[in-house]
Amino acid sequence: MVPQHEQYVSFTLGGEQYGADITRVQEIKGWDTVTRVPYTPKYVLGVVNLRGAIVPVIDLRMRFGLGHVPFEPTTVIVVIRVAAERGERTVGVVVDAVNDVHDIPSAAIQPSPELLGGSIDQVFIKGIATLDGKMVILLDIEKLVSSSIGSD
Amino acid sequence: MSDDLEMDEILKVFFEECAEGLQAMESGLLTLDGGGDRDTIDTIFRAAHSIKGGAGMFGFMEISQFTHAVETLLDQMRAGKRAVTPDAVQVLFQSVDVMREMTNLAEARKPIVSPNADALTSLLAQILAQPAGGTAQATPMAAAPAPVAPAASAAPPEPPAVGWCIDFRPHTSLFKTCNDPLRIFRELETLGPLQALAHAENVPPLADMDPTQCYLSWRLTLAGTMQQSQIAEAFEWVDANSSIDYQPLAPPAQTTAAAPPAPPAPLTPAPLAPAPLTPAVAVAVAVSVAVADPPLPIASATVASAPAAPPLARANVDAGSFRVATEKVDALINLVGELVITQSMLGRFSEHYDPGNLESLRRGLSHLTRNTRDLQESVLKIRMLPISFSFNRFPRLVHELSRKLGKKVELRLAGESTELDKIVLEKIGDPLVHLVRNSLDHGLETPENRRAAGKSETGILELNAFHEGGSVIIEVKDDGAGLNTARILAKARERGLVDPDVTPTTEQIYNLIFAPGFSTADTVSDVSGRGVGMDVVRRNINDLGGHVYVSSNPGRGSAIRIRLPLTLAILEGQMLRVGPETYVISLVSIIETVQPRRAHVQSIAGRAEVFKHRDEYLPIIRLHELFEIEPDSRDVSEGLLVVAESDGKRVAILVDELLAQQQVVIKSLDTNFRQVPGLAGATIHGDGRVALILDVPSLVGKFLEGAGAAIDFAA
Repeated sequence: MVPQHEQYVSFTLGGEQYGADITRVQEIKGWDTVTRVPYTPKYVLGVVNLRGAIVPVIDLRMRFGLGHVPFEPTTVIVVIRVAAERGERTVGVVVDAVNDVHDIPSAAIQPSPELLGGSIDQVFIKGIATLDGKMVILLDIEKLVSSSIGSD
Repeated sequence: MSDDLEMDEILKVFFEECAEGLQAMESGLLTLDGGGDRDTIDTIFRAAHSIKGGAGMFGFMEISQFTHAVETLLDQMRAGKRAVTPDAVQVLFQSVDVMREMTNLAEARKPIVSPNADALTSLLAQILAQPAGGTAQATPMAAAPAPVAPAASAAPPEPPAVGWCIDFRPHTSLFKTCNDPLRIFRELETLGPLQALAHAENVPPLADMDPTQCYLSWRLTLAGTMQQSQIAEAFEWVDANSSIDYQPLAPPAQTTAAAPPAPPAPLTPAPLAPAPLTPAVAVAVAVSVAVADPPLPIASATVASAPAAPPLARANVDAGSFRVATEKVDALINLVGELVITQSMLGRFSEHYDPGNLESLRRGLSHLTRNTRDLQESVLKIRMLPISFSFNRFPRLVHELSRKLGKKVELRLAGESTELDKIVLEKIGDPLVHLVRNSLDHGLETPENRRAAGKSETGILELNAFHEGGSVIIEVKDDGAGLNTARILAKARERGLVDPDVTPTTEQIYNLIFAPGFSTADTVSDVSGRGVGMDVVRRNINDLGGHVYVSSNPGRGSAIRIRLPLTLAILEGQMLRVGPETYVISLVSIIETVQPRRAHVQSIAGRAEVFKHRDEYLPIIRLHELFEIEPDSRDVSEGLLVVAESDGKRVAILVDELLAQQQVVIKSLDTNFRQVPGLAGATIHGDGRVALILDVPSLVGKFLEGAGAAIDFAA
């Protein structure tokens, strides 16, 4: 039997390694000026112009309460596509740096332990895997992004 | 003659709406299948309600009556009086099929006879007769005749379908002439329920069989009232060597008397291979069954969807294309011609570069700017259609409705040539019908009442459209009794929409008519009274970026004003700056911009501020506070006040600086994100950055609910 693999894009957030399902990632975009939008949560930085489309940008560090990290040259926007009521939505997610794409065998993904007072809601974590001896937190990026920009 | 043509146009619209409504019902039912939520039921109900109303208006009583039963069931589900059981949903599905069948027949101008309608009507009646709230018992459902299967006619009260019996004996070379019997059968199925019976007696033993030859023949039973020529069309390409024999099925009375091969006759196995069952034949029979069988399952699947296909496809084509006046196209061609000239002028400059020519470069660029703007305007004009497209249907509608309601009504139309964006025009049709219907039903009084009130017996209903600023206003005005505020309030209290101890203002009471499920009609009629409509009206209009206003004068009549944007795509904008942020505000909503003197700014109750402007006190909206931005200065006298109007109210918006005026393309924030209060959307600057577009009405709303709530600025 062919072992099941899943591909993840790994990125850094406040020194921690995270992974997102590659099928949800549309592109990676350099940092761009974000236009602030009123009446939105703090972690929604605003909107950017993505080839004519108005796309909201979420700061995952703020979402997870990791504190504010100054924007550096490696800071990028990972553009994610998520299913919505009407078709798909495109949302940008700011991360400190994008690292690599990894093949992770399904068997190597462990359920995440109960986080002790963790700042990330358990429902947004698919599991945990080890890559080169380092722990990677695999996110359910779709659920996370959808809940962050929810319609109200 | 022209009246007929007009009627055709109106009918076309009605059938398109039916197709849309049926699709909405179907997709609603699909979601409902997994467990119901109120919104879905509401949607299905509204679609059914519209179809019923329309059908009644155009005199398709069969459709109207049938849909009425469906609607009643849905209404009970909506009110939570009846459980949404899978069986009931199934019946509703079948009802949608029947409604579709009926509207298709009506569209084809055929008598609206649906063999399944009566069976389903009695089934619906059975469900409705069951004690409300009780979980529907399965037994009557089990007997539910499938609308498609010929078995439906097993229900005794229903008149058996008239149809055709076709003996199709193809020549063995059938396949070589590129004919596929399955395809023919499917085509026949679009005409009515089809039963196919294959005769396999001519199939040779397997060893002798040539797979490219056709050994089968069929007896087809097609139910429905179609012409022989329609059936013959399906066999058009079958060559003359095949034999096709058409026999009309006798009408019901004679069928029972004499003719045994009635359409729903159970599969008579008689002609089927009495021959010795050699293995070969057994295989052949299996084959024949396999061939004969598919049409039946397909029948249930395709008959449900196939008849829907033609009207739907057409509706799509209509939505995707429209007629444009030749002069508009000519104007475009002229403009493109000019653009080409400008381009060659600029091109020459780049070849012979000389700083002395700078002036001609400037001239060329200013030409280009003008050309671009003209071209943009012309292209947008192509999308503009006169509102008469929407108004045209009202004379007939008002005529039929007023007769039905026993009222005398004179319809006055004005401003029919006012042009509106095609999309806006399409979406405003339904709300207008609702408003007109409401005016006729609730607004205008009966001749007797009018006489008693000292008015002329004939009520006047006015439909008027005109431009005002950058908007189009559509008014629906009647000289009826006006809105009865006491009654509206009483009903609203009864429905729990207003707390008993709250006394709303007259304006708030008027707005109650837009609450979902609100109706003051005491009886539910064919025309209106179920309380659908006004909420949809407002929602549709808001979706278009428009607003509805109600005004009423007791005893003198009421008016509903709809304000709509001219186009949804482009905005004439004024850019303005607050701190680091740039916003766009629609130029037409700006009355003027002033640099305030401190003496003209006063505070009320220490919180809200007003600005005295030409003997008028305007509330000041500090945009930086509302949007939580750090401005250049918090001192009003150092900024600028943009005096803007919304819904007849004026406000002064404090900004730091006015920037350029320019046309901007409106992009939705909703596509990837969500709607934000105070914002109408976003646009993209020349430098690629995003600027947000302010929505003055919702900005005012946001402001009033916040700091200024204590003061009633409307006063």
